[in-house]
Amino acid sequence: MRKSIAAVIVLLIASQLYSQTIIQGKLRDNKGKPIPGASVSIKDSYDGTVADSLGSYKFSTTEKGDRSLIATNIGYKSFEQKITIGSTPVVVDIMLKEELSELKAVTVISGSFAAGDSKRAATVLNSIDVVTVGGGNADITAAVKTLPGAQQIGEQEGLFVRGGTGYETKQFIDGTLVNNPYFTSIPDLATRGRFSPFLFKGTVFSAGGYSALYGEALSSALILESIDLPERSAATLGVSPIILTGGFQDLAKNKKSSWGINYGYVNLIAYFNIVKQEPDYFKMPEFHNADANFRFKTKSGGMIKYYTTFSYSKLGLRRPDVDSGDLKDAFGLKNLNWYNNLSWRENLGRGWKMNLGMGYSTNTDNITQQLQDQNNQQLFPNAPWAFVKNYTIKSIQQLTQAKAVFEKKLFGISTIRFGSEYLYWVNNNEYNGSKSRLIDNFQSVFAETDIYVTNDLAAKIGGRFENSSVLNKSNIAPRISLAYKVGVGAQVSAAYGIFYQKPENTQLIYTTNLDYTKATHYILTYQKSTNDRIFRTEIFYKKYADLIKTEPINYYYSIYNNAGSGYAKGIEFFWRDKKSIKNFDYWISYSYLDTKREYLAYPEKLRPDFATPHTLSIVTKRFFTDIKTGFNFTYTYATGRPYYDFMYDGNGKYTIADRGTTKSFHNLGFSVNYVPSLGKTNPKLFWVLVGSVTNVLGYDFVYGYNYSFSGMNKEPIGPPAKRFYFIGAFFSWGVDRTQDAINNNL
Amino acid sequence: MILAFVLLSSMVVNAQSEKYAAAMQKDLDMFDSAKTTADFQGVAAAFERIGDAEKTQWLPYYYAGLALTMPGWTDTKLDKDANAERIKALCDKADALAKDNTDKSEILAIRNMAATQQMIVDPPTRWSTYGQEGAGYLSKAKQLNPNNPRLYYLEGAGIFGTPEQFGGGKTKAKPVLQKAVELFKADQPKPMYPRWGQKQAEEMLAQCQ
Repeated sequence: MRKSIAAVIVLLIASQLYSQTIIQGKLRDNKGKPIPGASVSIKDSYDGTVADSLGSYKFSTTEKGDRSLIATNIGYKSFEQKITIGSTPVVVDIMLKEELSELKAVTVISGSFAAGDSKRAATVLNSIDVVTVGGGNADITAAVKTLPGAQQIGEQEGLFVRGGTGYETKQFIDGTLVNNPYFTSIPDLATRGRFSPFLFKGTVFSAGGYSALYGEALSSALILESIDLPERSAATLGVSPIILTGGFQDLAKNKKSSWGINYGYVNLIAYFNIVKQEPDYFKMPEFHNADANFRFKTKSGGMIKYYTTFSYSKLGLRRPDVDSGDLKDAFGLKNLNWYNNLSWRENLGRGWKMNLGMGYSTNTDNITQQLQDQNNQQLFPNAPWAFVKNYTIKSIQQLTQAKAVFEKKLFGISTIRFGSEYLYWVNNNEYNGSKSRLIDNFQSVFAETDIYVTNDLAAKIGGRFENSSVLNKSNIAPRISLAYKVGVGAQVSAAYGIFYQKPENTQLIYTTNLDYTKATHYILTYQKSTNDRIFRTEIFYKKYADLIKTEPINYYYSIYNNAGSGYAKGIEFFWRDKKSIKNFDYWISYSYLDTKREYLAYPEKLRPDFATPHTLSIVTKRFFTDIKTGFNFTYTYATGRPYYDFMYDGNGKYTIADRGTTKSFHNLGFSVNYVPSLGKTNPKLFWVLVGSVTNVLGYDFVYGYNYSFSGMNKEPIGPPAKRFYFIGAFFSWGVDRTQDAINNNL
Repeated sequence: MILAFVLLSSMVVNAQSEKYAAAMQKDLDMFDSAKTTADFQGVAAAFERIGDAEKTQWLPYYYAGLALTMPGWTDTKLDKDANAERIKALCDKADALAKDNTDKSEILAIRNMAATQQMIVDPPTRWSTYGQEGAGYLSKAKQLNPNNPRLYYLEGAGIFGTPEQFGGGKTKAKPVLQKAVELFKADQPKPMYPRWGQKQAEEMLAQCQ
């Protein structure tokens, strides 16, 4: 009995071992393409194989009876089918359906971007990219100007994008609008941005067609996303003839929270004594900047961040007056700025996410403008041109805001996002002692959805509703974009959107009987990117309507209305390559722009004085590890810009009294950074020596011309000095907590 | 009759483990002769099938992960991130079945290779994330089993491959590789357990002399 059972068993096993059945067939995806490497097997057995490059599979099995045939591959839904295995071959053709996945799916890039996802954003600059732009002096705006779409404007701050003015580009930090992103304007001088590039993990520049989450920007949005927690605790010190900085950053041992403070003092007296400046500085520029932050991770993986910056600055400068041979214009500025940003990002569970942002900022400018004689004594000549040259302005601009965005995962990976924001603007202005006040309660409600039809086709559809109390008007702005994947890392996308923006405060102070200005964007993009290379080209058409126009009443008085209009169209190319040459990173941007507008005093549609047809930027960065030194060159070329002199014709109209085009613009910027602590494992001290110079070749820049009241005299507008030099050393004493954190998390 | 039943069930168990051993050996042989990316992916799939069928063995998943690390070093066209994600997913499965710290330290060695391969894609920008991740796996693995020779081989190879300016180089790699070779000589792995790395460590050490 025992023997016979054993014999039966042996026989059974033997038969299982030796009687094999072939299982075979074709394995394809839902488009009929083979999936090489996809796995096919009999469930709960060892038997199986992988599909070959033609999509065929074939294996033999010793299994018998009713079994399950399963097929799997990453990125596809798994396949399972009951089969009966007998003695004859089993033929099963398998189709694997592609799974919608965030990793594989196409992301809409036409002017839009997913904040916090720097891997995917269209044109992203990280902080190191920004500070190593040759001649950029670690200014975010200077680095962004090397990207397609931005004009090379040197006589005023701001980003002039695709035929738009600097006012039409807005900056957002962690989702909320920044009211005074630059140091206060000085006539014919571009000021720097207030924020250090090291505050941000990503700088995303959108030249148009951006998401419904952002408003109040007619042309462009610069989205800055602040870093979460620093990598280590550190004390820092920066020393240069211009600037002295010190700071401390503390990262908690558990890597869950951090706080930090920084202080910087800028004084240009020593520098201006060595490098002669065109204007006569009667008050040397002096800046005190302080900032503080705290950040912590919440229990459910969210993040709360607070950042504040405070700055106080003074300066005064004199230039020859354009109307009179021997008089001077003296401009003085005292500025006080306090900016606060509190943000809270949280996972609420069940596919819900929340982003809250709150901000408060106040900016006070005390401006004095005087007409002075050769002894620097104020004069009040009784001439038409002189009336506007003696004044004092005290201006206080405050913005309080709150924004909430909620996000919910829908079916598959599609997402809906919606929210609301409230902005409370208070502007107090005092011009020669006469006071005025402008208050705006601005509200918006917005929603957008990311819909994935397949991994290759996605749409972003959204809209926003805005209401401004000062205009007492509302608007609805639809935004739509589509993306279609045309190959590995390649996509074609299209965007359409309507954008509204309030007129500038300097206009609203005179009349609130105005409407929103309006722009409609149409953008078509092709992009191909791999890990280290990106090629992007974009064509766009932008239609402006309801721009603010100045209608003259007489020689001294004019009114504003919304009768302006215009267009901009063009094509842009961008190529960045970090791969071809080791330790060499470069990018090339080219923009072609055709734009005309009728706005302000423009009597007809003209190419605006801030726009030129051709702009080319070449940014190169080469790091030599042997000498631990990086050399960065940036070359920028732009064709000339038009300039105009508009004069009142005495009959209710402006005319073009004179016009011309400036010579073309060439700039070669250079910077060098020496990093001696590079490569030392766990260095206690990390330091960098930085040197930089703008306009290496000493080209004479002419940005435009200032005309005298009579139109008889014109003076070129150029930089205060041919070149700007910088040298400085930055030290960081740090405690690296990376190892602690890794050990604790494992 | 009871005896017969016991015998029968023990025979089944025995046959099962013999079948497992035979299948593992067959796949290990296939591993040894694999050359192309497709070969290694086939080997990995075969090991994964054994793991899925067995449900209690960590070694099949371990070898599936190890097989996928092979093209990660050599195939320039391979999507390193996707490959590393697959390897790490296999390590998760293996880790859930691992019996002791020795097993777990072997799995961490595989994770280290996956992270290193992701780092190599773009060392300057990825060092701070994947480089640190890999170093973390290695130090954790050493805590679990300080005598695992493969950990010192991987550490030594990492130093060997890093330029001197960045704190790497042959001189610094040498003592670590020496320690690896010593440990390999003393190492007595159980049947089917990981035994790779000795030859590579010795060859690399020879280059440091």
